[in-house]
Amino acid sequence: MRERFISGFDYFVLPFMVGMIFVLLWCIIGIIKIMVQLERKDRIKLYKSLVNPVIMGKNVRDWFGDCLFHVKLWKRNKVLGYMHSSIAFGWFMLILIGHIETFLYIPERGGLFYYPIFFRYFMAVESPTLKGSLLFFLMDFFLLVVLSGIILAIIKRFRSKLMGMRRTTKLTLLDRVGLYSLWAIFPLRLIAEGFTAGVGGGSFLTVPVNWLFASILSKPENFTIAWWAYSIALGTFMMVLPFTRYMHIPAEFILIPLKNAGIRVRRPRKGYALAELYSCPSCGVCLDACPMSVDKAGLKNTTVYYIRQVKRRNEPRALAIADKCLMCGKCSVLCPINISAIDLRLSLRKKQSYNIENDFSYLDKVPNGSLTSAISVGGEKVLYYSGCMSSLTPVISQSVQKVLTRAGIDFTLMDSQGTVCCGRPLLLSGRTEEAKALIEKNKQIIKESGAPILLVSCAICYRTFEEDYDLEGIQVMHYTDYFEQLADKGVIKLKKQEHKYVYHDPCELGRGCGIYEAPRKALARVTNLVPAAKERKESICCGGSLGSLTLTHEERGRITENSIRNLTANSPDAIVTACPLCMKTFSRQSDIKVVDFAQVIAENMIEEEE
Amino acid sequence: MIDFGYCLTPSSTIEIDDADLRLFDELCNAEPDAIKCISCGSCAASCTAGVFTDVNLRKVLLCLQRGQQKDVLPQLKSCMLCGKCHIVCPRGINTRHLILSICKIYNI
Repeated sequence: MRERFISGFDYFVLPFMVGMIFVLLWCIIGIIKIMVQLERKDRIKLYKSLVNPVIMGKNVRDWFGDCLFHVKLWKRNKVLGYMHSSIAFGWFMLILIGHIETFLYIPERGGLFYYPIFFRYFMAVESPTLKGSLLFFLMDFFLLVVLSGIILAIIKRFRSKLMGMRRTTKLTLLDRVGLYSLWAIFPLRLIAEGFTAGVGGGSFLTVPVNWLFASILSKPENFTIAWWAYSIALGTFMMVLPFTRYMHIPAEFILIPLKNAGIRVRRPRKGYALAELYSCPSCGVCLDACPMSVDKAGLKNTTVYYIRQVKRRNEPRALAIADKCLMCGKCSVLCPINISAIDLRLSLRKKQSYNIENDFSYLDKVPNGSLTSAISVGGEKVLYYSGCMSSLTPVISQSVQKVLTRAGIDFTLMDSQGTVCCGRPLLLSGRTEEAKALIEKNKQIIKESGAPILLVSCAICYRTFEEDYDLEGIQVMHYTDYFEQLADKGVIKLKKQEHKYVYHDPCELGRGCGIYEAPRKALARVTNLVPAAKERKESICCGGSLGSLTLTHEERGRITENSIRNLTANSPDAIVTACPLCMKTFSRQSDIKVVDFAQVIAENMIEEEE
Repeated sequence: MIDFGYCLTPSSTIEIDDADLRLFDELCNAEPDAIKCISCGSCAASCTAGVFTDVNLRKVLLCLQRGQQKDVLPQLKSCMLCGKCHIVCPRGINTRHLILSICKIYNI
C-alpha cells in the first residue's frame, strides 16, 4: 500500500468535511444544551450511572441492540428490521473498517476525518496481501449489505404495505432532501470506488464495477467527478441532518444513557424531552397504533406530528394535539425507541393555566371515617375502594362485595357514603398541584382504616394508587389480581361454563400497570377465553378515556366502534373488562353483552356445601 | 310599616335582554357544546363533589345562559374533574373541557 498523493488531500473532500464538522458541532452544542437544561438531581443521577458498571453495560447493549441492530424492530417486522439494521450496522462497519485500514496502513493520517472515508481514493495497492484483501472484501461486503437495505428503503417509500405498514408519515421538504441524499450516498460510493478499483484496489463488488466502467468510460480523469459526487451526497446529508428526521441517529446515542440513568421528562421541550424529541425517527409506527387514527383527521393528532409541532415551536397546535390525546400509551409501547409520549404531552398540559383556583377545603370538613362502611373485626382486613366511576356501574361494587363475603374476608367499603376522587383525572389534565389535596385526603382515610390491603376495582384509580400515592406498607391490589389469588388458594371455588368470552385489557391496567395475566388466568377458570384481534399491550382504548380533554362525543364513538370490532373478531358471547369506564363506554355501543370481571367471577362461584 | 309576618319576595324576573352575554358567546365559540345542554340534571345527580358541596353544573350552565354568572361560578372550584358527568350526559357534552373553558373565559 502506498499513498497516491503526497499532500494526502484533494478538494473533493471539502463538502464532506464541512458537513461532518457541522454535524459534530451541532451535536456537541445539543449535548451541552441538554446537560444545562437537566435538573441538578437528574444530572447527578446521570453522572452516577456513567460510573455504574451495570448501567454502563446496559448502555452498551442498548447502543448496539437499538441503534445498530434494531432488535425491537426485528422482533416486530423482519423486513423492516433487516432494512434498518443493514443500513445502520453496515454503515457503522464501513466507517469502523475504514478506520482500521487507515490505522494499519497509514497511521499518520489517522487524525484526518476524511481519510478513512475516502481511503480507496488516496491509497494505491502495490502488492495485494491476504490481510489487505480480507479488509477490502469486508468493505465490499458491508457496502453490499447497505445497498440491499437502501433498495428495501426505496421499495418501502413507494409501497409501504409490502413492509407491513399501512401508513407512513408525511415527509417535510428537508426530510426529502435528507432521504434522497441518503439513498444517493451508497450507490455513489460504489461508483466512485468502482472507478478507482483499478488503482486503489477493490474486491468482489467494486472490481467488476471497474471493468464495467473501464469499458464505457475509460478515462481515469473522470475519477474525481465520481468522488466529488459521493462527497457532495455525504455533505448534503450531514448539512440537512439536524433539521430532518435523521437526527434520530446521533440523538438516540445520547438518549440511551439518559434513559438508562432513570431520567424522565419534566419540561415539554427541554432537557430529557429535547433528547426524546430529536430521537423520534418519524417512522410512523404511532400512526397505525393510535386509536384516534380510525378517523383520517385523527392522524394529525398522533405522537409523530405532536413532536414535529413542538420542534417547530408551534405551541397552540402542539397544545391542541396534547389535549386531544387519550393517553392510552399504545404509541409508546410500540415505538421503536419507546418515546414517552404521555409524559411529553402531560408536561405541556401542565403549562396550561385555566384561571381556576380549585378549593378542596370542603374535604377537610368530611371526617375521615364517615365515608366508610362499618368495620367489623377479625380475619384478614381489606379496605375496598370502588372509585367514583363504579357508582355509575354499581354491579361492579356489588359483585366484588359478594365475592369478598363468600370468601369470608373481613372488608370495609372505603367510599360507601361518597367518594373522594383518586386524583388521576386532575393529574391527567396536568393539574398536579390541585390533585395533591385529593391524594392527601384519601391517604388519611386509608391510613386511618388500619387495613393492610387496599383493594381497588377501577383500573384508573389503581394506577394512581400505585404511582402517585406513598402508602407506606399498605399493599395496593387490583381486584383481578386479588381474585385470581383467592381462586388459586381455593378460597373461592369456581365452576366452568361453556361461554366464549373475550377480555379487553384496559389501558391503565395493561399498559399502565402491566397486569395482563391475572385476569386471563382467573377468567380461564370460569369460561373459554377467545383472543381479540389485537390484545395485551396492543389492545385498543375503549374511547372513554379520561386522558383526552377535547375529543368530541362523535370522535369517541368511532374509537369505541373500532375497539369493539377488534374485540369481537372471534365472535365471542360477551366482552369482559376490568374497568368501570371501559364497561360503561362499551355497553353503550356494543351489540353483545358487556360484563365486568367481578360480575363473571361472582356469577360462577360454587355455593359452599355445608 | 307594620310587620304582618310576611312580605313580598323580590322579583325573580330574568331580564335576558339586559343580560351581558358577551362572555357566554365567547364560551359558545370556544365550546359549541355549551348550548347543547337540556338542563336534565344528570351531571348534578352523578357528581362526585356534589355529595360534599352544592356544585351543580346544570345550574351553572343555566345561569350562564341567562348572564347570571356571579353567584354560581365559585361552585366550580370544588370540581374534581372526575368525568362522571361526561359519561352520563345524554347530549354527549364534553363537560370536563367545558368546565375548564368556563373557568378560563370567566376567570373565576
